[in-house]
Parts: sequence; structure tokens; C-alpha cells
Amino acid sequence: MIEGFTALYIFMLAAFTGYEVISRVPVILHTPLMSGSNFIHGIVLVGAMVALGHAETGLEMLIGFIGVILAAGNAVGGYVATERMLEMFNKSNRGGAAK
Amino acid sequence: MSGFIEIVYFVAAVVFILGLKKMSSPVTARDGIVWAGVAMVAATLVTFFSPSVYGHGFFNLLLIVVAIAVGSYIAYKSAKSVEMTDMPQMIAIYNGMGGGAAAAIAAVELVRFAGGHDIGGGTVQLLAVLGALIGAVSFSGSAIAFAKLQGLMNKTLRLPSHQALNIALFVITVLFGAILAFSGEVGGFTVFLFFLCALALGVMVTLPIGGADMPVVISLFNALTGLAVAFEGYLLGNAAMIIAGTVVGSSGTLLTQLMAKAMNRPLSNILFSSFGSAGGAGEETVEGTMKEIEASDAAVMMAYADKVIIVPGYGMAVAQAQHKLAELVQLLEDRGVTVKFAIHPVAGRMPGHMNVLLAEAGIDYDKIYDLEEINPEFPTADVALVIGANDVVNPVARTNPDSPIYGMPILDADKAKNCIVIKRGKGSGFSGIENHLFYAENTRMLYGDAQKAISELIAGVKQL
Repeated sequence: MIEGFTALYIFMLAAFTGYEVISRVPVILHTPLMSGSNFIHGIVLVGAMVALGHAETGLEMLIGFIGVILAAGNAVGGYVATERMLEMFNKSNRGGAAK
Repeated sequence: MSGFIEIVYFVAAVVFILGLKKMSSPVTARDGIVWAGVAMVAATLVTFFSPSVYGHGFFNLLLIVVAIAVGSYIAYKSAKSVEMTDMPQMIAIYNGMGGGAAAAIAAVELVRFAGGHDIGGGTVQLLAVLGALIGAVSFSGSAIAFAKLQGLMNKTLRLPSHQALNIALFVITVLFGAILAFSGEVGGFTVFLFFLCALALGVMVTLPIGGADMPVVISLFNALTGLAVAFEGYLLGNAAMIIAGTVVGSSGTLLTQLMAKAMNRPLSNILFSSFGSAGGAGEETVEGTMKEIEASDAAVMMAYADKVIIVPGYGMAVAQAQHKLAELVQLLEDRGVTVKFAIHPVAGRMPGHMNVLLAEAGIDYDKIYDLEEINPEFPTADVALVIGANDVVNPVARTNPDSPIYGMPILDADKAKNCIVIKRGKGSGFSGIENHLFYAENTRMLYGDAQKAISELIAGVKQL
């Protein structure tokens, strides 16, 4: 378990990290980047698995089940969408270099 | 085993940050997402061996596997098959799913709590409820954003005294949340009402927001989902969720600000006022008439020009016209015409949306210019070809302080010697504001679907 101030420190450092990582990004990458960060919060899948894992009653299982479906959708959909977009940048890179 | 799981989570968190860093440069972006993907798979796999998953019976394990299979299958199929032009709403829906998942985690824990389990109490409980609220709002709000962009819901809906209703709903939701967060014992029904209110709040907040502002809103929901995931991470004591969620929360907030700045509208404006509520602005009359042009004449104008600047907008995306456009550009360049692309930061439905589409069609980076770079060049251009763009070239943003889009930086297509506008019909654009450019002396309208119109232009140029 992560307690009190330790958690606060983690939160603060991670917040600064996120801010710094993005701060100099060209406009053309805004959409792929949004999609990419969308994928990264797909880590919620891990939490949804734990929630469903220790669910006991039928209701808990039902909610947990929906949670895991949603989370898996977030992760997989986010990945495929981002990958497809970035694929195109690669293609046009190669095309540009070949000319 | 538990130590090993922690190590994997730790490494995954680091790789997520590095992946995000790589994604912020075009050259390394592809590696970034692949790295993050590997980390995600590793984190998911080790979670199967965590005590709260592995030790709790075969049935739960089976449910997890089935749920992952179902969710992955649906998302994979939809993400693979969707057209590039529809990507913005897909991002919205995947993001909403993440928010929903965060809310579901909190719901399971709160139901357990209502059933007498200890879920941690104190701060943890408060954060869980906060995450649930944010996640649920992001879930239902993203669903509305999806419906709007997908065209399932065209009107911006505004109830009488919508603002007051929203505030009331917000207060009620927070009250229920406070009961859940601070009392030692809660009933299942309170949990139910809390989630109902939170979901309704997401719908109510998103309904009055116009489609033109949707990119900013989706980005905001993305940041919110990140935050919700981080809070649920506290609840479950999962550092990977805390770090990844927080990083997305803060980077998403920054991204949202960048977008709002590109539209020159403060975020509060976007969230709490909508186009059309400004009143009065629509009453002024526009001088002049819209003058039509035949595709063959337009082709002549462009073929004999020295410099053509193309302004693509959502109309190009809808018509899937980027490939035809690339063909036209090739033809013009073969004739010695200089062709440049002017991309408004919010052209289409998302920043960078046009760049993605043009990249898909194989158009070189170096022909594509940002607003600041290209605006001084419009006066020297012989033809500005506007393809399905509207608000981003509307000169009232410069001239009329009463207009809802006044102050938004626009592309100065009206300053080109001639302006050709490809447009589907005579109606006004997404925001419903009359575009003075269409009535200007040097503007000619080429009506029709962008793909068809560009095909005709190609045929016209080939005949010369």
C-alpha cells in the first residue's frame, strides 16, 4: 500500500513529468499523441482485473466484468488507432526520402 | 511473486513515460507506441499472478479472460476497420471506455464497502469516489462526443436554464459523493444514485458543446480519464496506474490548453458557453452574393497560376478526397505551379487531423505549413483553394467583434488574388456562422462533394 505523503510525492513528480514530456511537441503530432496517451491510461485494465478478481457477489462480478471489457477496449483500441496513425507518418517519411 | 509483479509494474511505468516522450517526435513516434504496447502486455500478464486475481477462484479468472477477449476483439475490429477520417470519434470512444473502467473499479470497491468490506478508509476512500466521479463523467461525456462526431446527434441541445441545471446536478452529485467518501457505512442505493448522477452530469455538460469545440473537449476528457485512473490506482495501491494515469492527466491538460490556445478561446468559454448562445451576431446581413464557378474554369485558373495555396478542412476528410488531391497537386507541380498546404491548428475535428490525412495520401511534410508560416504568403498566391473548410477561413474572426469566433486566428485565404471554395451546399458551416469569405469579390464557389469536385479539376487540368 502506498501511504499519504509518499503518494503525494509520486503524484507531483508524475504530473511534472507528463508536463515536461509533452511541452515541445509539433502540431502535427497532437492527434497521434492524444491517441497515444489515451492508450497509456489503458493501464486501467490492470486495476479492472484486480477489481474483478476479488469480486464476490454477483453484482460485483457484473460491474467488474463490464469494467474489464471497457478497459481492454481502451487499451487495444487505443493501441491500434495510434499505431495506424503513426504508420502513415512512417510511410510518408519513406516516400519523401525516396524522391 | 509479488515482488516480481512490482518490478514489472515499475518498468512498465518507466517505459510508458519513455514511450510518450518518443511519441512527441515524428521520427521516433512509431517506436514509442510499440514500446508502450509491450509494457502494457507485460503489465497485464503479470497481473494474472497477483494475489487478488490468482487466489480468488477459477470462476473470476475465467470471467477476466472472457472479458479481456470480448473487449479486445470489439476494439481491435473497430479500430482496424474505421476510416482515418473517423479517428477522432474513435479516440473519444476508447477514452470513454477507460473512464468507464475507472468508474467500474470504484463501483466494485464501493459495493464491497457497502457490503461491509474494508477498502482502506480515509483519503483512499475519498480519492476512490473522486476518481469514480471523474471517470463516470468522462465515460458518458465521451459517449456524447462520439455521437456528435459520428453524426448520430447533430443539434447542440440546450435546455432552458441549462447552466443552472448543470450546477444543481453537480452539487447533488458531489453531495452523494461526500456521503460515500466520508461515512463509515454506506448503502448500495446511495452508490447507485451517485453513479447515476455522475453519468447524467457528463451527458449534460457535453450536450450544449458544439462540434467545432469537440477536439478540445475530447482532449480534456482524455486528461480527466488519466486522472481518474490515477485515483483508482491509489485505491488499489497500484503504482503503475498512479504514475501512468497522472502523466496522462498532466500531459493531457497541457495538450488541451495548447488546443484551446490555437482556437483563441479560453477553456471556460468552450465548456460554459456555446456557439449560437451569443445572440445578435447572426442578424447582420452579408453584402454581395455567392458566385459560382465551373470546375473547368477553376482548373484553368489553377493550371496557369504561379502559386496555389490549398486549405483543407473537414469537408476534404468526409469526402475522403486526400488521394485525389495528391493527384491534382502532382499534375499542377508537373506544370510548374508551386503548391503549398495551409493547415489551421484546428482544421478538421482535431489538431493534426489534416496532417494525418495528407500523410496518408503521401504528400510531403515540407509542403505543409502552419498558420503563422503561411499567412504572410497568401497575398502573393494566385489561387487559394479552400476544400471543405469554413470557420478557419472566415474573415469575421478578424473584423467583427460581435462574432462568436472573433479573435480566433484564421488563415487569410481572402487575401489571395483569387479564392476558390469547394463546398457541398450553400448552408453555413459547423458553427452556423455566415462566412463572409464566400461572398467576397474575389471568391468563386465550386459546389459539390470534395472528391467529385477535385476529380473534375483533375480532368480539367489534364485537358489543357
